[in-house]
Amino acid sequence: MSAVADEFPELQKLGVEVLSISVDSVFVHKMWEDHELSKMVKGGIPYPMLSDQNGNVGRLYGVYNEDAGVQMRGRFIIDPDGNVQAYEVMTPPVGRNVAESRRQIQAFQLVRASKGTEATPAGWQPGRATLKPGPDLVGNVWKVWKVEDGK
Amino acid sequence: MPTPFKAGCERPSGTTLAPTAVKTESAEVEKKEAKQSMIKVGAPAPDFELPGYLNGQFSNYKLSEYRGKWVFVCFYPGDFTFV
Repeated sequence: MSAVADEFPELQKLGVEVLSISVDSVFVHKMWEDHELSKMVKGGIPYPMLSDQNGNVGRLYGVYNEDAGVQMRGRFIIDPDGNVQAYEVMTPPVGRNVAESRRQIQAFQLVRASKGTEATPAGWQPGRATLKPGPDLVGNVWKVWKVEDGK
Repeated sequence: MPTPFKAGCERPSGTTLAPTAVKTESAEVEKKEAKQSMIKVGAPAPDFELPGYLNGQFSNYKLSEYRGKWVFVCFYPGDFTFV
């Protein structure tokens, strides 16, 4: 979660709010922050750490592991209308790539700002060319986008 | 937006606010229904209200109060885990 905190200033610039959720109590959140996270992240964790101790919210989001009694590593990008635009769920041993989540948020924000007139091709990065879907683009993507552009 | 609360003797707990999780006849039915729900992209994110900790303060946070903003929600296995 310190990786998310590290990206937080960048996410904040994009107007993104962050919420983290585990089955731990808020008291344990406080202890974790006091004793460990505050030593990894300057100024401490800048977003609310929420407590879903009976796992009901995790069940709603399909990330609660009934056998282990914990949440899997899941992240959800929710747009200003309250709709889920993207999610990713992983088993615990592999950490997330928060920079990739940020890239996706930037792509969704661009698409939303264009009111659906623009789309971002594979591997798109902020500042790179977008696609303008329409009849003229059918069969012609090869003219405006190369596979190397996505690297 | 978040509602502050004082820490008492009981562990603070939250609630799901989404339609699938409203109080039904028994807790068992509620649990079963909650278990069946699936997230679909493009569909509304299920609402919830949970207690949280930020900057020395305990507060209740409701997802629907973030309407109008992009929200990045991260679930993780537990405090003091290593990854």
